[in-house]
Amino acid sequence: MELSRLLRHGDRALILAQRLLEQITHAPEIEEDMALANLALDLLGQARVLYTLAGEVEGGGHDEDHFAYWRDAAEFTNPVLVEQPNTDFAHVIVRQYLHDEFALAFWQAAGWDVAAKAVKETTYHRRHSRAWLVRLGDGTPESHRRAQAALDTLWPYVDELFAGADQLRPAWDVAVAATLAEATLAVPQMLPAEPIHEHLESILAELQVTARAHPGATW
Amino acid sequence: MNASETIHDAAGLRRAVHEVPDPELPHVTIGDLGIVRSVTVDGGTATIVLTPTYTGCPATEQIADDVTAAVRSAGYTPEIRTVLTPAWSSDWITPRGRKRLAVAGIAPPGQFVACPRCGSQLVRSVSEFGSTACKSMYTCQSCREPFERFKPI
Repeated sequence: MELSRLLRHGDRALILAQRLLEQITHAPEIEEDMALANLALDLLGQARVLYTLAGEVEGGGHDEDHFAYWRDAAEFTNPVLVEQPNTDFAHVIVRQYLHDEFALAFWQAAGWDVAAKAVKETTYHRRHSRAWLVRLGDGTPESHRRAQAALDTLWPYVDELFAGADQLRPAWDVAVAATLAEATLAVPQMLPAEPIHEHLESILAELQVTARAHPGATW
Repeated sequence: MNASETIHDAAGLRRAVHEVPDPELPHVTIGDLGIVRSVTVDGGTATIVLTPTYTGCPATEQIADDVTAAVRSAGYTPEIRTVLTPAWSSDWITPRGRKRLAVAGIAPPGQFVACPRCGSQLVRSVSEFGSTACKSMYTCQSCREPFERFKPI
């Protein structure tokens, strides 16, 4: 297990979990608030396992909290896609679906101990985000417009999602194209964006403030 | 700890561990849920292997603490290990566990969903997620009551 890979995917799960948690109480219905919290909880669990493994591989005595709370933005290596703002519910769902389709392929190929569990969890997530995307895309003119706008905004970050995992891309393209067709959405034709971690500082400020204000605090 | 303080034999210890209630679903035990993979005794040390239901299940640490306490009170030194592979499946919930879930108003996982109150299969999925990571929400079209269902995973 490569340290850089463990950290990239630990960061992916942690930062997406944080974005989802920001959305709670803003979902269109209370059941969806719970769904988003559940997705975040699973992602947080995956991040914890990956950070703990990273600590073992690194051999420097660092635990999961070190990686989550005591690294600065420059040290995070999450895909830029997962830190994109919630903006509206369509953005939340499009970001989640593009991520879930990637994450499922990633876990299926990972060959790590935690993977079997993560595959089950991610399969469930993808079913949810996919169903919502089809519902929004193939819904009212307004939901369709918003879903397409979110897709166009987030698509430029897809390339970077596959950094170090290019072999997963062809199957992802096929799966996503099928979903977008069902959702009556157009596959965007945009150039990749510069992978700049524009939002990471503000996400981490909120995520880390309590741990840093009270170092070593326990319940 | 010396052997004379041991109050249970290995079979008694195994029972005690299996009977630890789940902290979020106290009407079922961790044995019912299929979380306990093995209980082995080597001298005064008991090694308990647990499989969490979900990676992020917040009850995992509480369960480990409760098992630790159960093993200690049985007179053994506990060693708790968590394994993630093979991944826990709701198929591992025992027949007794399924009955107990239904009695508590939670539809057990399985091929069909039936209302745990009136038994009707005329039910509607409200949300694939619920108040804990392991449950989803339904309403019964016959008796009109909402109920939770253990997610099949």
